Amino acid sequence: MTDVIATNQTILVVGGGISGMTAALEAAECGKNVVLVEKNPALGGRVSQLYRYFPKLCHPTCGLEINLRRLKQNPRIRVLTMAEVTAITGGEGDYTATVKLAPRYVNENCTACGECAKAVDAEVPDAFNYNLGKTKAAYLPHKMAYPQRYVLDPSIIGTADADKAKAACKYGAIDLDMKEETVQFKAGAVIWATGWKPYDAAKIQPYGYGRYSNVITSVEFERLADIHGPTKGKILRPSDGKEAKNIAFIQCAGSRDENHLRHCSRICCMASLKQTNYVREAYGDAGKSTIYYIDIRAIDRFEDFYQKVLKDPTVSFIKSKVAKAVQDEKTGDVILHGVNTEGYHRYATPHDLVVLAVGMEPSVKGANIPAEIVSDSSGFIEADPSNHAFFGAGCASNPLDVNRAVQSATASALRAIQVVNRVARVEG
Amino acid sequence: MSEKYHNNFLKEVEEMVEEGEWVKMCMQCGVCAGSCPLGPHWAHPPQEIFMMIRAGKREEVLRSDSMWMCTSCYNCVVRCPRKLPITHIMHGLANYAHRLGLSPKNQPTQQFATLFWNNLAQTGRVNELKLSLGIYFKDGFAQGVKNAMAMQSVGLGMVKAKRLNPMELFGGHGVKDKAGFHAMLKKAREIEDRRKNFA
Repeated sequence: MTDVIATNQTILVVGGGISGMTAALEAAECGKNVVLVEKNPALGGRVSQLYRYFPKLCHPTCGLEINLRRLKQNPRIRVLTMAEVTAITGGEGDYTATVKLAPRYVNENCTACGECAKAVDAEVPDAFNYNLGKTKAAYLPHKMAYPQRYVLDPSIIGTADADKAKAACKYGAIDLDMKEETVQFKAGAVIWATGWKPYDAAKIQPYGYGRYSNVITSVEFERLADIHGPTKGKILRPSDGKEAKNIAFIQCAGSRDENHLRHCSRICCMASLKQTNYVREAYGDAGKSTIYYIDIRAIDRFEDFYQKVLKDPTVSFIKSKVAKAVQDEKTGDVILHGVNTEGYHRYATPHDLVVLAVGMEPSVKGANIPAEIVSDSSGFIEADPSNHAFFGAGCASNPLDVNRAVQSATASALRAIQVVNRVARVEG
Repeated sequence: MSEKYHNNFLKEVEEMVEEGEWVKMCMQCGVCAGSCPLGPHWAHPPQEIFMMIRAGKREEVLRSDSMWMCTSCYNCVVRCPRKLPITHIMHGLANYAHRLGLSPKNQPTQQFATLFWNNLAQTGRVNELKLSLGIYFKDGFAQGVKNAMAMQSVGLGMVKAKRLNPMELFGGHGVKDKAGFHAMLKKAREIEDRRKNFA
């Protein structure tokens, strides 16, 4: 049975991505007790799935490592993984959270030696790589996973594979009798940092995502460029594994569209500008990136980054929202159709690969927030007084880049600290 | 310069053209232009028309035959990320240009629309036989006979299938209260003229 010791002076942080980790760390480093709840088997969230950050083009593993070190040093944070909040009752300064813990089938004896993965035959879709490849049914979520512990996919429980995994483990770390648990604990304030999900690109019917193999999303492209990704860092297109040198980026794929997401997702322009660097890095002058855009929104200081990409002769910009994509069955090329606003010329341009710069949908939307919460028309949590001590952080509150998500998380930590300080004064 | 930029044209469109107040909402993404099945046949796609309105190109817009090319397939309307009723704006512009007497002469859609309206306004019912004959003979008698001969088999087939009554040539069917119908149309036009300040 999992014990969680918490009081009304504890801060509950929901979501263990960059925002949740930041909020939890800032609060804990101010001396507050924190319970950090993460749905996935490891912390890190979407940031851990990026190849590079903009604008400095450094690797997200770097920032993640610093945060993980802070986390390991801090006894005030209790981390629950594979955990989902199912209910929050009570009010400001006196909440009760109910959290469901899914079985990992691997206990804390795990040394991440990997023998179980070798023993298991079954493969499951690799969620970390956006299902672009497969992974063994006993797996480490990703290289920098925290906790650094393997997971058994529930689909092999009760099969011979589970027994093989158990037999292969020298440390007695595999516990096939683990069951789902429910825990309840108190919290004075709640920080909701459940982040975002990429907009379902299949809903943008004319672009053919899901029908055309060579139309992929920007988050999938991050995995293609990453050395730990399904192609070992080579930019190969899905249809035939050919090197994709002529790549189109379609902006506002879902965003700024009353039929899809009505908000500007704010990060996609910079993400595509950044990704042209991956193409250049992979193919040099032989690579060719084309960005189809309505207008480039490289917000405030990112303008410099945009100006730099503008000067790159391998990158061209076409001011047009693409009307239609069609994949040529023989060549696998994807032909983009539309009208260029600069001159109103019609085009039908073939590309090796098309990357949809998909918008950010708040994970809040559709998910059951187990409390009454005021959110905006896109589903992002508002900073509204009627939300009491329930604060949105990071992309649960706004479409934000990593830098701004961290700022937002720090702000939410401060608000939560104010609440639990009030509780402390009352309780004496 | 002020002569070249009729900045009042956007306001004029907003006031006088059906759904004209939407024009300023266009963000020039180009999805309407790219999605239009007749796109390659337009001089100016909707996106460009909206920009021309904002640039004050009154004559060029109102004398253009572009908005007459719209077939009301509504592909642009369902795709427009700002939900502009583009089809309605196109028809609104065409209608406004027509009432000002600026619409292009001999534009087939316009000719058909005029024929259709006159045909309908007479009896309150569309007389399909007279309408199609009107279309065949719009470019003179010789061309009319040629057109009619070319469509002969279709016409006969429709007669056989009882989709076309040759007797419609003489009078034809109509609404019961024709005087009332005409009074209604007159009143409707009066109201519209008053609203839009047409003399």
